[in-house]
Amino acid sequence: MALDPGLVGRSYPPSAVYEVGRAKIAEFAAALGDPDPVYRDPAAARALGHPDVIAPPTFAIVVTLGAAGVVLADPDVELDYSRVVHGEQRFTHHRPIRAGDRLVATTSIDAVRTVGGNDLLTTRVDVATEDGEAVCTAHSMLVARGGA
Amino acid sequence: MRAAVRAADVEVGTELPEQTFVVTRADLVRYAGASGDFNPIHWNERTATGVGLPGVIAHGMLTMGLAGRAVTAWVGDPAALVEYTVRFGRPVVVPDGDTGAEITVRGRVAAVLEGGRARVDLTVTSGGEKVLSLARAVLALT
Repeated sequence: MALDPGLVGRSYPPSAVYEVGRAKIAEFAAALGDPDPVYRDPAAARALGHPDVIAPPTFAIVVTLGAAGVVLADPDVELDYSRVVHGEQRFTHHRPIRAGDRLVATTSIDAVRTVGGNDLLTTRVDVATEDGEAVCTAHSMLVARGGA
Repeated sequence: MRAAVRAADVEVGTELPEQTFVVTRADLVRYAGASGDFNPIHWNERTATGVGLPGVIAHGMLTMGLAGRAVTAWVGDPAALVEYTVRFGRPVVVPDGDTGAEITVRGRVAAVLEGGRARVDLTVTSGGEKVLSLARAVLALT
């Protein structure tokens, strides 16, 4: 089923606050097998000028994936989720996410296209601190593969 | 102090050290837990083949994360990676067993931009096939 182009520009209320913990960053770095001490050791992070441990660049997905769930829960967004794959991902970092951040994510629908029988939905999630400092913008393109 | 790549060190064609990462089913389970993406196509053979995949596949975000590792390990401070874009071209099938799948990451500086920025284009393959049809990272260097 083709997605309604009128969905483009729709935005959703901001998420609840996500508080970034050192242990969660370390867990994510371990899942990537990344031994970099800047993800674990506050002293190593400070040596690079960061106030606390920072998160790997793709850690933002932990925050944005949950936030983008509001789109999938929107009854107007008719996607066959059993056929959805991740098509593209982009992160624009205004500064690294770091331990202690209290983040709020605001999701909107950036683009809707139908190509070759596949529905393409691009969401945009703007991540900022509770105080309004911009941290990261994530664009995710989901592809719902057309049925045979 | 650790080595860090500076803007003066890079020019178009500068190559990153090639890196190869091994991904096993256990790594997929670990990544599912860490990321919160519990889609069963990343751990359940029955579900994966039921939706037409050749088998359990790695999270695209895990592949993106590993390719990012090759960049951040080279550049020194991961905070230098200010923009990172990938297009998922082909799934990384992770067979059951101890050997798993290999993901190889190569990269080269494709453009030197204004303000000390450089764009690195990555070539990410598994089993000799490109798995990311596009992968580029913009670095803010000092």
